[in-house]
Amino acid sequence: MTTGAAIRLDHVAFSYGEAAMNFDAAIEASAITAVMGPSGSGKSTLLNLIAGFETPQAGRILISGMDVTRLEPAARPVSMVFQENNLFAHLSVEQNVGLGRSPALRLAAEDREAVAGALDRTGLAGKEKRLPRELSGGERQRVALARVLVRDRPVLLLDEPFAALGPALRDDMLDLVQGVHEERKMTVVLVTHRPEDARRVAQRMIFLDNGTVAASGETEFFFEPDGPAAFRRYIGTEQKVALPPEIARKTT
Amino acid sequence: MGTSRSTNPRIAAGILALAAITTLIGGAFAGLVVEGVQDTSGALAAFDPYLFRVVRFTLWQALLSTALSVIPAIFVARALSRHPNFPGRALILRLFAVPLALPAIVAALGVLALYGRAGYFADLFGSISGQSWPGIYGLSGILVAHVFFNLPLATRFFLEALDIVPADQWRLASQLGMGARSAFRLIEWPAMRASLPGIAGLVFMLCITSFTIVLTLGGGPRATTLEVAIYQSLRFDFDPARAVALTVLQIALTMAVVAALMRLGANLAGDANLSVAPRRFVSASKQETAFNSVLLALALLFVAGPMLATVIAGLDAELLRLAGETAVRQATGTSIVLASLAALLSAALALSLVMARRALALRRGKQHQTLLESVVDTGAGFVLVVPPIVIGAGWFVLLRHFGDVFAVAPVMVVTVNAVMAMPFAIRAIRPAHDAASERHERLCAQLGISGWNRLRLVEWPVLRRPLMTALAFAMALSLGDLGVIALFGSDAVQTLPYLLLARMGSYRTDDAAGLALLLGLLCLALMMLADRLGKDFLPR
Repeated sequence: MTTGAAIRLDHVAFSYGEAAMNFDAAIEASAITAVMGPSGSGKSTLLNLIAGFETPQAGRILISGMDVTRLEPAARPVSMVFQENNLFAHLSVEQNVGLGRSPALRLAAEDREAVAGALDRTGLAGKEKRLPRELSGGERQRVALARVLVRDRPVLLLDEPFAALGPALRDDMLDLVQGVHEERKMTVVLVTHRPEDARRVAQRMIFLDNGTVAASGETEFFFEPDGPAAFRRYIGTEQKVALPPEIARKTT
Repeated sequence: MGTSRSTNPRIAAGILALAAITTLIGGAFAGLVVEGVQDTSGALAAFDPYLFRVVRFTLWQALLSTALSVIPAIFVARALSRHPNFPGRALILRLFAVPLALPAIVAALGVLALYGRAGYFADLFGSISGQSWPGIYGLSGILVAHVFFNLPLATRFFLEALDIVPADQWRLASQLGMGARSAFRLIEWPAMRASLPGIAGLVFMLCITSFTIVLTLGGGPRATTLEVAIYQSLRFDFDPARAVALTVLQIALTMAVVAALMRLGANLAGDANLSVAPRRFVSASKQETAFNSVLLALALLFVAGPMLATVIAGLDAELLRLAGETAVRQATGTSIVLASLAALLSAALALSLVMARRALALRRGKQHQTLLESVVDTGAGFVLVVPPIVIGAGWFVLLRHFGDVFAVAPVMVVTVNAVMAMPFAIRAIRPAHDAASERHERLCAQLGISGWNRLRLVEWPVLRRPLMTALAFAMALSLGDLGVIALFGSDAVQTLPYLLLARMGSYRTDDAAGLALLLGLLCLALMMLADRLGKDFLPR
């Protein structure tokens, strides 16, 4: 079993059409780090760079001290869960998870055991033979998480994977992520646009603005009255709702 | 995207496919150039008054055919769109899809069986005109056959344009109390006018390159088009220099038409799928309903007539004796083998180009298209500019320097038909492939699924059905083709259309009718298969 790995983005430059981005950040090993920022600030790009779906024009990406900048996505110690399309629509739940063990889907006995265990852990026992279209949105993301478990990589990137789910379901999924994190201690990077999600699970936070890291630190620090100004501007009224009622009353 | 390193085999496949297509077309042009250089005076001498008469006739028949197909189609499409509950509407739409599947030679025979000198209508027409019916040969025959093919095609395109009109506009129209006239002027005509140039251009293009119909119904030097003249100069006059001159003219003509079409934004590869009409809020008046009913009935009779005649004449033939003939059996076997090979090659070429285009698009990300990508992307459509007869003629004049031209007949039939069917195969494969790639690209990269594993686990399940559609469509197209085999066919290598032409030529009309029925049913079955497979291949 692997534990987490530290991630370092060393002056990583990337441009996407008009938008130029420049990331310099350190992500702590074995912690859950939330990435927030306005749309277009580069949240998904940051994750795509770490996962290897985008190649930086300059700079280096280090995971556990190893330079992975030129590595293929599959060769990096990283699993990523996307907002959608995490599953092959024509393959069963079991097969989709099994691909995490073997890209040729040739599974040994212990692989099958791992798949069964992961499905059990994510609450999908009994649904092994189903196709993705026979599952709910939440269940599909559970399958993706089950595959993360069998792949067992030290870094887990979550690109708003629960954004399309309802509030109760989203909280369940965050609890699942948190539970899995406690067991495996992998490094989790979670992109979200909801401050309460970040507060619920993340120890640390990175705030992006306009393609750069505008602030980073302990999650609680961001929500303090003297937290980063850019972040406070970004969450604006949302923060008032999140604060205790007596504070909210004072501001009116 | 950073996945370029693992996609190189896909790009290589596309380059290979492009190279094969370029060789086929380039070889034909090389043949023409060599011949033109060797016998320049002969080629120049071919530009005589007769040749200009042929050019004039080619354009004139195409223009008339286009007008006679497209103008009635506007009103037929409108009638179909205004009466979504018209009895038999579904049947009409289904029937209008049939000409696309029918080989031209089968349709030509159907037209002859109906309106020919010995056709089913000969007595009727004879008693009306008071003299013996001469049959429709020449311009009238060509026009009837062209309209038979293109009226349904244009109707379906116009109907598609009308179906795009949002339901809210119809609601609004009925709320405002728009009558038929103002609804046509304010809603229907603007919708159809937008696609009129494209549709008319496509029909004109099809008529200008039409070979089989002019060959079988034209009858004589007064009604000859460039394509038929190329064929005659090679097969009968054996005058390669003349063929070169004719081919150059044909290419120039089609290029000009296609250039005009590209400006109009026409879609050169037709679609075999039926559209489903959305809910309408139209209340047609009694007179309008009556008018539309008559119009639809006439269109139905015109399109169904030759089909029915083909079936009846075919059943009249001694089918059992025909089926027992060695020549028929051999031609059927040859046709099926060659068409299957052409279909396989066509699907392979199409798949290679589709995969390469996608891989190149992924690799460049948001940057500008490279030349290679745009060639892979749009280059495929350009094969439609070069009619099969032209490719055949080029290779014919080239290969005669190296021995027996007729020995390469199977190779020519397979390759030319494969390339001709390729744009249609691409249309069947590309949407499913690109949609699947959109969903799976990152997932495959992350999980390290590539090469054979990717083909087996990811591509094949998604592309199986569209590939089958492409195969069936390409096979139907090649089965019915008479262009290349007319040039290269001989007693040794005969396909069904070639045999059919031979039987027509020796006035064995019954045999021809029987063969036409057989060929028509084969192609129709394949097209229905293609349509059925193509219906719901996108995963939910």
